[in-house]
Amino acid sequence: MSAPVLRVEDLTVEFTAPGGPLRAVDEVSFELAEGEVLGLVGESGSGKTLTCRALIRLLPSRRARITRGVVRVGELDLMTLPESAMQRVRGERIGMIFQNPMTHLDPVMTIGEQIGESLRFHKGITRRDAAGRAVELLRQVGIPDPALRSRSYPHSLSGGMRQRAMIAIALAGEPRILIADEPTTALDVTVQAQILRLLLDLRDRAGLSIILITHDLGVVAETCETVAVMYAGRIVERAAKRALLRAPLHPYSQGLIRSQPGAGAPLAELPSIPGQPPSLADLPQGCRFHPRCAYVIPRCREIRPPLADAGAGRRSACLRWQELACPS
Amino acid sequence: MRSGERLAGGPLSLSLAARFGLGELPLPLLIGAGMVLFWSALALLADVIAPFDPNAADYDAALVPPNAAHWLGTDNFGRDVLSRVIHGTRADLQMGIIGVLCPFVLGTVLGSIAGYFGGAVDTVLMRVVDVTIAFPFLVLMIAIITVLEPGLTSFYVAVTLVGWVSYARLVRAQTLVLKSSDFVLAARSLGYGHLRIMFRHILPNALIPSVVFSMSDVVLVILAGSAISYLGLGVQPPTAEWGVMIAEGQNFMTTAWWITTFPGLAIVLLALGFSFLADGLGEKLGVRE
Amino acid sequence: MTALLEVRDLTVHYPLPFGIGEIMTRSPRRVVQAVNGVNLRLERGETLGLVGESGCGKSSLGRAILRLIEAKSGRVLFDGTDVLALDKAGLFAFRKRAQMVFQEPHASLNPRLTVAETLAEVLRVHRVCPRAAIEARVPELLEAVGLSADLGARRAAALSGGQCQRVAIARALAMGPELLISDESVSALDVSIQAQILNLFMRLKREMDLTMMFISHDLSVVRHVCHRVAVMYLGRIVEFGPTEQIFRDPKHPYTQALLRAIPRMDPDAEPPAAAAASEPPSPVALSAGCAFHPRCPQAMDVCRGPPAPALRRSDQAEVACHLYPV
Repeated sequence: MSAPVLRVEDLTVEFTAPGGPLRAVDEVSFELAEGEVLGLVGESGSGKTLTCRALIRLLPSRRARITRGVVRVGELDLMTLPESAMQRVRGERIGMIFQNPMTHLDPVMTIGEQIGESLRFHKGITRRDAAGRAVELLRQVGIPDPALRSRSYPHSLSGGMRQRAMIAIALAGEPRILIADEPTTALDVTVQAQILRLLLDLRDRAGLSIILITHDLGVVAETCETVAVMYAGRIVERAAKRALLRAPLHPYSQGLIRSQPGAGAPLAELPSIPGQPPSLADLPQGCRFHPRCAYVIPRCREIRPPLADAGAGRRSACLRWQELACPS
Repeated sequence: MRSGERLAGGPLSLSLAARFGLGELPLPLLIGAGMVLFWSALALLADVIAPFDPNAADYDAALVPPNAAHWLGTDNFGRDVLSRVIHGTRADLQMGIIGVLCPFVLGTVLGSIAGYFGGAVDTVLMRVVDVTIAFPFLVLMIAIITVLEPGLTSFYVAVTLVGWVSYARLVRAQTLVLKSSDFVLAARSLGYGHLRIMFRHILPNALIPSVVFSMSDVVLVILAGSAISYLGLGVQPPTAEWGVMIAEGQNFMTTAWWITTFPGLAIVLLALGFSFLADGLGEKLGVRE
Repeated sequence: MTALLEVRDLTVHYPLPFGIGEIMTRSPRRVVQAVNGVNLRLERGETLGLVGESGCGKSSLGRAILRLIEAKSGRVLFDGTDVLALDKAGLFAFRKRAQMVFQEPHASLNPRLTVAETLAEVLRVHRVCPRAAIEARVPELLEAVGLSADLGARRAAALSGGQCQRVAIARALAMGPELLISDESVSALDVSIQAQILNLFMRLKREMDLTMMFISHDLSVVRHVCHRVAVMYLGRIVEFGPTEQIFRDPKHPYTQALLRAIPRMDPDAEPPAAAAASEPPSPVALSAGCAFHPRCPQAMDVCRGPPAPALRRSDQAEVACHLYPV
């Protein structure tokens, strides 16, 4: 078994605020094996996007700070690198694609120019070579008539094609790790399937390892091998996809799975998780999920459950995970 | 009120003590508000604070440099400069406020009508705006004032006829955007009539950029007012007004620099106060200029 | 008994602004053919689902039915009366009986008004109860949608997405309408909150005897709450029938492609195979004939030319496809 391509340990991100620092990502740890597709699942506010942006040190505002953590890619610890070295890491070792391609593409540059820019910066090739390679990359991501498209501007492309273009830009530097932040959420279902298929093909062909951020468990089921579920800044469960979907070992994962429509009988009441995710300024003591949990016991309010080993490579941050495994 | 408030399904819920005010006030807002309050107090309490009658001539003490008796010196008529500056605050503050309020109201009314109803009304209005903007505004104001009688009222008329266009454009732009917003669509689906939608739903939201703009507009109006008065077309002597004072003192600039310098400084400081206020308000309300 | 809502041959076109080239060559004005000759029936007490991907015209259809946008032609019969022909007074009365909940939770509430003011305004304008009773009625409305009464003092920015939608629902139901259209109103919500809001819809529907139209691109949501489903593609209804029938045995090639593409939360799910080729064309330059034929794996010659296939019966459903005999 080869070493993981990415190892994150105790990553913590805090926001400065008048009332004291707010912890948006709290000691998150996970590993990514070579060729693996890891699904990072959570609802809005769970910290999944922030975690990945913190990984590559692209924090959204000056008020956000990484206060702890080690991020190992190969022999490097990304947290200790100077910014100039990080610029090489971004794009050459870790690439990222985002949810809304229209806002992440430069509207005044052609697609070819944008891919070329990444190629020239990361690979140091000439402008002419870059143009040719850009067309090749567009072909690899399945854009029809790539030579023509290379000279087009983002606004003349459809949503699915823009997303493909963004993937091409991200892969220009030939990174081995790709972070995909909700790449299909803004796309139609039929196009979504195509893009997910493309990501998997790229994984097979180019040996990519992918972190797929999503809130859609269906996407997870069809594309991911391992899943990490996040809630209020922490990972609450980590397991192989099949194991998680068949038998979740954390009440939040369980609630999430059950509240998907399509899981239960039509027209019946959907089991839903009561309440709402907590605000960062007002986090519950102990387990952050306990105010909404059906399995809560007094201990849940007192101690912060560790991400414990739940057997067979699984992890769960629930004190009562064993009871969830074998309901009496 | 619960300290944690939620923002649009977003990842962070930062602590805000209240929707407005308390919590984090940008520094410019505090500085600007402080300065404006200072000048307002001066204007209100002018009679009490000023050591001398601003119009009392004392030929024995004419052209006296700043000293213990007259902190800012006296002018060529022996009038105390400090008292005149203090009293001048009234005139300039009044010019600034009324000179902004009138164009604000006129511009808002016309702009919202144009934006909401669109079509021919909008086209006509926008062409009028285009024509008005084509003229340098000071030139246009001088022309208007010359036609009417020089004086403060004429100044207000002129500044209204010239200044409404900025507000009209701002409000119209906002109205156009808000017209297609979801909550206005919801208001229509609830059967609300045009008037209700315009006044209760669109206008309160459309006014925010105008309010922020008006703060910096006060600066321009005060400067325009001083310039107009300097030219003898606005506030008439012997009323104390900073522009008038500068005009009267310009012959003595080399010999008695204090007569022009202090009113000039006052203009700058008042303008600065409003400028800070505008910046701070803009930052607080999330409007970028 | 007449259906509560009957849509006949409804067409909605949006004109596109002229480009210089077009003015010079005197080309006819380009239009977005959002809705093309749609027919629908909604019986009292049922929940009808309207599904399709972006650009299929489902939102335009919903808004045209409520007369929030202009329809080019067709009729919308609400309880027998043509909505599109109503005068001002008639329209006002109609609005009391048919309401909509919109997609973006925060955008559909006036940011300057508090929740209580928003609800009180509806009660006042529609004279739902005497003025003196308004103040007492607002907390009742809030509780009916599962919100505590003290949220009345808050403004939209201080509410979560789920809470905003509850307020929007309370506002829509304040004057007791008979028809409620949900225009993607759960699409912008997290899954766990979505489940709460769907439950709320179902409960209120029972309690208030509502008839609902559920517009959504999310087929699993529609499957859960709707009795019958209409599938739209580029402005036309291509398939229509009982929910289970459509999902178990989709007839139209587009419906089949759509269903195949939905990611299923099955532990043993396999990665998606290549679904329908390419992407929907823009609804500006529609081809004559069947709108789906350029992408259809089973396209025949007859599909290419006009006219577009009409809806015809097949089992319990109606399909607009030449594969099925009239």
